[in-house]
Amino acid sequence: MADLAAKGETPEILFWVGCAGSFDDRAKRVTVAFVKILNSVGIRFAVLGTEETCTGDPARRAGNEFLFQMQAMNNIQVMNGYGVKKIVTACPHCFNTLKNEYPELGGNYEVVHHSTLLQELIDQGKIKLSDSNSFKGKKITYHDSCYLGRANNIYEAPRVVLEALDADLVEMKRCRTTGLCCGAGGAQMFKEPEAGRKDINIERTEEALQTGATTIAVACPFCMTMMNDGVKNKEKEGQVNVKDLAELIAEAKGL
Amino acid sequence: MAYVQQIFFALSLGVAGWFIAQRVRFIRKNIALGKSEPVAGPTGERWKNVVLVAFGQKKMFKRFLPAFFHLLIYVGFMVINLEVLEFVIDGLAGTHRFFAPYLGSVYPILMNVFEFLAVAVLVACVVFLFRRNVLKVQRFQSAEMTRWPRLDATLILTIEIVLMMAILTINAADQVLQTRDAHYTQTGPLFFSSGLTPALEQLNTATLVVIERGAWWFHILGILGFTVYITYSKHLHIFMAFLNTYYAKLQPKGHINNMPVVTREVKSMLGLPVEQPTPSEVPGRFGAKDINDLSRTSLMAAYACTECGRCTSECPANQTGKKLSPRKIMMDVRDRMEDVGASLAKGGPGLNDGKFLLGDYISKEEINACTSCNACVEACPVMINPLEIILELRRYQSMEESSAPGQWNSMFQNIETNFAPWKFPASDRFNWAKTNA
Repeated sequence: MADLAAKGETPEILFWVGCAGSFDDRAKRVTVAFVKILNSVGIRFAVLGTEETCTGDPARRAGNEFLFQMQAMNNIQVMNGYGVKKIVTACPHCFNTLKNEYPELGGNYEVVHHSTLLQELIDQGKIKLSDSNSFKGKKITYHDSCYLGRANNIYEAPRVVLEALDADLVEMKRCRTTGLCCGAGGAQMFKEPEAGRKDINIERTEEALQTGATTIAVACPFCMTMMNDGVKNKEKEGQVNVKDLAELIAEAKGL
Repeated sequence: MAYVQQIFFALSLGVAGWFIAQRVRFIRKNIALGKSEPVAGPTGERWKNVVLVAFGQKKMFKRFLPAFFHLLIYVGFMVINLEVLEFVIDGLAGTHRFFAPYLGSVYPILMNVFEFLAVAVLVACVVFLFRRNVLKVQRFQSAEMTRWPRLDATLILTIEIVLMMAILTINAADQVLQTRDAHYTQTGPLFFSSGLTPALEQLNTATLVVIERGAWWFHILGILGFTVYITYSKHLHIFMAFLNTYYAKLQPKGHINNMPVVTREVKSMLGLPVEQPTPSEVPGRFGAKDINDLSRTSLMAAYACTECGRCTSECPANQTGKKLSPRKIMMDVRDRMEDVGASLAKGGPGLNDGKFLLGDYISKEEINACTSCNACVEACPVMINPLEIILELRRYQSMEESSAPGQWNSMFQNIETNFAPWKFPASDRFNWAKTNA
């Protein structure tokens, strides 16, 4: 972003990478896949690079409002400084915070989740997949992210993206409004769960495996971690993949 | 003699009214302990929620079977109230079937409609008793469903069954009396109660009058007593659900309420222009330790909860055996309000009784297990938001006590020093681009 600003250029959209997308090895692959898609369709985007910092979502949800607002104010100052108008992010938690919680603190942007952007690109015919893509006819199940679904009523966009693969989309018993959480939301990602009978991600992974799908599609870096851990726990990593929507599209397009 | 009955009726009405008024005042005071917060969002949207969700039962129908039987009771309750209105007029004026002359041939039709609804309510209550006590539907067996909540549910259903049986008894005796005494308005045979008349035809008129009057008094006194009971019971949802859907949050569920106090603080720390607080504002606690730190909307919601447990049955933490139960959060808030209110009414210490909502009613283990997934909020048929309360309690824990779980404190530290929740140097944030082949 700084480079473009120095050249006096404004990008169409800011890609908010997020902490997971920047630091988590698995999520970084999603970031790269999404960037490849953006480049392939010729969207002029920018990233904040080292000027990006945590949105503050986990701090706020763990109760540390001071820390959240410090983060939010700093990010808003940076983005307002660059005149950011539109943001896309592959993280539903960043998406929710940027879209719903930054306006009250002076950050007003048009924020879209990458599933919505991908859906638009498919609808506009800018992303076309060949009939012989590697996912055609394969069984895929989609795990709803709470922060996309219930939190922001985005249930269809990820499914439209998956339908473009011409795969066999199978739903879990608990999906859409009753979709079961992966267990990572509300800052649970950053601590061990409380004592119980079972870990939430195991419960959810079992449900996903019951569909017989060979790919579990996710749209959130935290869900990615939780479902991956679940699949490993069930010793199914040889047969079942956990993949983000962007990775599936990039792979199907051979990017 | 007739006057004695009318006076007694008026007195009963007055006594019930007095008890109800006392309870309404008590509940209002309890809710007023909470923080008054402006009601945000368009009024039209709020009314839409009242119409669709409360009147229209929209969210109930996410589970068809209980929704169907609940609808029978709900419609029965709404419509049979018209008959109760006639009961009240008859009781006060000493008349019998006051509306009959005005409605003419419509009256027997109405009476039949009421009978159908009475039987529908009766059947639905039996089904619900069966679900709770024989099928033992899981959400009614959770840890918080101990003695009183269980008894409360059983009492409500039983009372409703008995009251509906009284209506049928009145009508049956009345139909036999219609053949013997001109005082009894002709209704013609009524669909269900006419089936009971053969059993009553052998009885002499005096006995029948006693049965008819007895059932009539039993029914109306029962209803008055039940109405008083409701104000002490989870059944209060029949009124509070309407209020709660009106006041329910309109923003997307992912949104967490902002804390303007913190905004002012943070802005002044960053050297940004700060709007001055209104002078009357007394800085309270950060987050919530007790009910007076919660919003009045949250407190009111606790009185709207009928303990159906749909929230808890959808909660991922609860489903995997953690202590958290969103229903219990609402029940605890109500219990705390009742305890504080009762103490204040006796001139006791109220909030200063050495107990707190967080710690004495709700444990940290419960609130820390929440994934903020909004399943409970989505599930609630009357739009209660247990998540809002959980997050306020967490705010107190984090900001006032600094007693968040250790790993959360480390996460806070990482964000403060590395601007990411993990311990990676901030300068590495853009390294992913190097792998962008």
